[in-house]
Amino acid sequence: MKNQNLIAAFGLAALLASSALSTGALAAQVPEGTTLAAEQVFKYRVLDNINALDPQIVEDVETSSVVRSLFEGLYNSGADGNPVPGVAESHTVNEDNTVYTFKIRDTAKWSNGDPVTAGDFVYAWQRAVDPATASNYAYFVGLVGVVNADDIVAGTKTPDQLGVKAIDDKTLEVTLSFSSPWFVRSLSHATLFPAPKAVVEQFGIEWTKPENIVGNGAYVLTENTPGERVVAKRNPNYWDNEHTVIEEVQWLTINDENQGLTRWRAGEVDQTDVPAGQYPALKAELPDNTYSVPQFCTYYFSVNMTDKQPNEGLKDVKVREALNLAIDRDVIVNGVLQGGQTPAFSFAHPLTAGYTMPEIPASTMTQADRDAKAVELMTEAGYGKDKPLTINYIYNTSEAHKKIATVVSQMWKEKLGVNMSLADMEFQTLLDTRHSKTYELARNAWCGDYNEASTFISLHDSKSEQNDQGYANADVDKWLAEAKLASDPNPLYAQVEQQVATDVAIMPIYFYAKVFMQSSNVKGWPFDDVEQNWYAKDMYKVAE
Amino acid sequence: MIAFILRRLAVAIPTLLVLIVISFILMKVAPGNPFAGEKSVPQAVLDNIFARYGLDKPAWQQLVEYVYNVVFRFDFGPSFQYRDRTVNDIIAQGFPVTFTYGAWAFLAASLIGIALGVVAAVKQNSWLDYLAVGFTIGAQVVPNFVMAPILVLVFTLWLGWLPGGGWNGGHWSNVVLPVIALATSYLANIARITRSSMLEVLNSNYIRTARAKGLPSHQVIIKHALRPALLPVISYLGPVFVGMVTGSVVIDLYFSTGGIGQAFVNSALNRDYSTILGITILLGALTITANLVVDILYAWIDPKIKL
Repeated sequence: MKNQNLIAAFGLAALLASSALSTGALAAQVPEGTTLAAEQVFKYRVLDNINALDPQIVEDVETSSVVRSLFEGLYNSGADGNPVPGVAESHTVNEDNTVYTFKIRDTAKWSNGDPVTAGDFVYAWQRAVDPATASNYAYFVGLVGVVNADDIVAGTKTPDQLGVKAIDDKTLEVTLSFSSPWFVRSLSHATLFPAPKAVVEQFGIEWTKPENIVGNGAYVLTENTPGERVVAKRNPNYWDNEHTVIEEVQWLTINDENQGLTRWRAGEVDQTDVPAGQYPALKAELPDNTYSVPQFCTYYFSVNMTDKQPNEGLKDVKVREALNLAIDRDVIVNGVLQGGQTPAFSFAHPLTAGYTMPEIPASTMTQADRDAKAVELMTEAGYGKDKPLTINYIYNTSEAHKKIATVVSQMWKEKLGVNMSLADMEFQTLLDTRHSKTYELARNAWCGDYNEASTFISLHDSKSEQNDQGYANADVDKWLAEAKLASDPNPLYAQVEQQVATDVAIMPIYFYAKVFMQSSNVKGWPFDDVEQNWYAKDMYKVAE
Repeated sequence: MIAFILRRLAVAIPTLLVLIVISFILMKVAPGNPFAGEKSVPQAVLDNIFARYGLDKPAWQQLVEYVYNVVFRFDFGPSFQYRDRTVNDIIAQGFPVTFTYGAWAFLAASLIGIALGVVAAVKQNSWLDYLAVGFTIGAQVVPNFVMAPILVLVFTLWLGWLPGGGWNGGHWSNVVLPVIALATSYLANIARITRSSMLEVLNSNYIRTARAKGLPSHQVIIKHALRPALLPVISYLGPVFVGMVTGSVVIDLYFSTGGIGQAFVNSALNRDYSTILGITILLGALTITANLVVDILYAWIDPKIKL
């Protein structure tokens, strides 16, 4: 099932000028004197959702991890999430950050030995926006600002009008429709990887099969069996092959988390997620193998803010504020989830590069104060235990969502006398209901697409596709437009977050954590990258 | 007999067509679409995708084109979820896997189950009977979603004898645990049905006659009692066979076999229209075939039944 991890793998870290980029390419950094393990096979557990291994089609985080091994973009994301050169050796940019020129390294080759050229990127990017390709991520090219991308997707311009051209075989020029100092950070995203034109045209949708595929990444695909495993072996034609240590990467499908843990204990996988609720016990039992790192996502309740909101109570901002205050986030993260998640009072993830999380008033109060204020507001609004408010909450079927919903309904019942009815539904049905705005209160979650706060904050725009609340505030829209052009957008982002918190269009609950087990002989995992974009070529296994 | 088979096949075709139409309608009225995710995509992008897969055409036209492609070109179309695969690919990859562990499990369950049932009936109220009944009750109350993790715990984690999942091209070590997990509860059912049916037959007048004639016990059981006793077992085995070879979600889920059961459930949850239809048709065709085989076996075993 498509899960909430639908983050596209994306370059990230501090939103600084491109001058801060490191110039040395990253590879496995094996300290001198290390004894490497004889078998260099990295086995990574995934859910049954490895889809098309086509860079311009891929849309989910796990398939992206495979695509990142088979293909390489102009820049990769480094251990701390900062861009490091990939196919591009270097780049220059004009003064207002609208024209980027990339120098492609001479040694970059496809797995069949052909050189990687600027034309391969032009072809791939045009392919991404071409309506005939029908990519879910077609909009991404426009999102990062490439000229004409949106018009091509909409069919009003042709793919050859895209703002990307090959000056010569080794020089690529990209023109953007707005000034973007963070453009280089988007280049480690699969949509902007190159594609081998001859192979795509020869085999059609079957070009990514192991017997047909040609890639330019550190690994080549040798097996792809959906529901079982994907296997890739070291690519001898990769330009930095001499620094690759891991010989083979396996993505093993294990849908059940407990089964994943058992197989991890049996040594069949090197990394697996910790089943919900088991983090404290595992951390105590295996402290060196159990990890909890921040994940680039926010869990929240969406309030239907449109006129279609069937619940009169929820139309009253005092009621929404009271409900929001009465949610004890500490109980949810420490009592229910127990995996290192952190309470959220605003929307954008606090570890977003260059972003300072604003201080939302509610976040500095004690829970007792919040509860007292909540009762006060609820009474002012005319509701209470003698005149209870009834709310219908919807969520997609899952034990974790159910637990949270149950706990919150208890909090609201005890503190405010609210009767909350819970309705679980299939994920697809929830998406449909949220999108058509026929709900009262709904579970929601968002994972950042790129490491800049607009990836979260722009959801508050009344025109955003992702604005499931139907929240429309003219000031917010204006501030978001200004933020795009501002040299320091932080004050504007803070204004937006404060306004959304005042209007209570959403009730943020917590910021995600990725909780996993990793074998102790695995080295080189990017713990410091909030998006956890890992590259097997940067990893190695030590002898034990 | 031939006329019977032909008649049944003639009925099978409209049955399958009705199945396709009903599945198609159910799919269309279910909320959601194959391309929706946690992230909504702009309408222009969605329009392109719908056009690419012909989903922008009227529903009746989609249905007619689909049926035409299936019937005349044996083409189930592209998968919407696995964008680099066709439904034919998915079935070609998943069905052999499922068929392999399903067929082994079926063989094991029916042979051991029948043998156990017969022994328990013949030696009624002996320790053998109690053992067999005890085993079948035990096997029946442990569902396969409990059985599978227990097997993995014992054979993978504690003993380290067998891998806890994967298929590895059908290597025997990967097949053993799925077969056991799938077979046990069916085996228990088969043993139970065989035992009670056998007991009924053994108490009938003609068996008493056979014994009175002085026929040796093994001849009475194998020649006279077993065949009629198997009738209810066979009617149970038909659907069981289909159920087993078309895959078990639980087995696919726990053992990551890459079988078709998981693909079926996933495609339904993700609204992968073409894959749901493809697998539904496969399942329908197999069910119809299995029922036909059961009827033929019936006639062969019981001459009173006229085809």
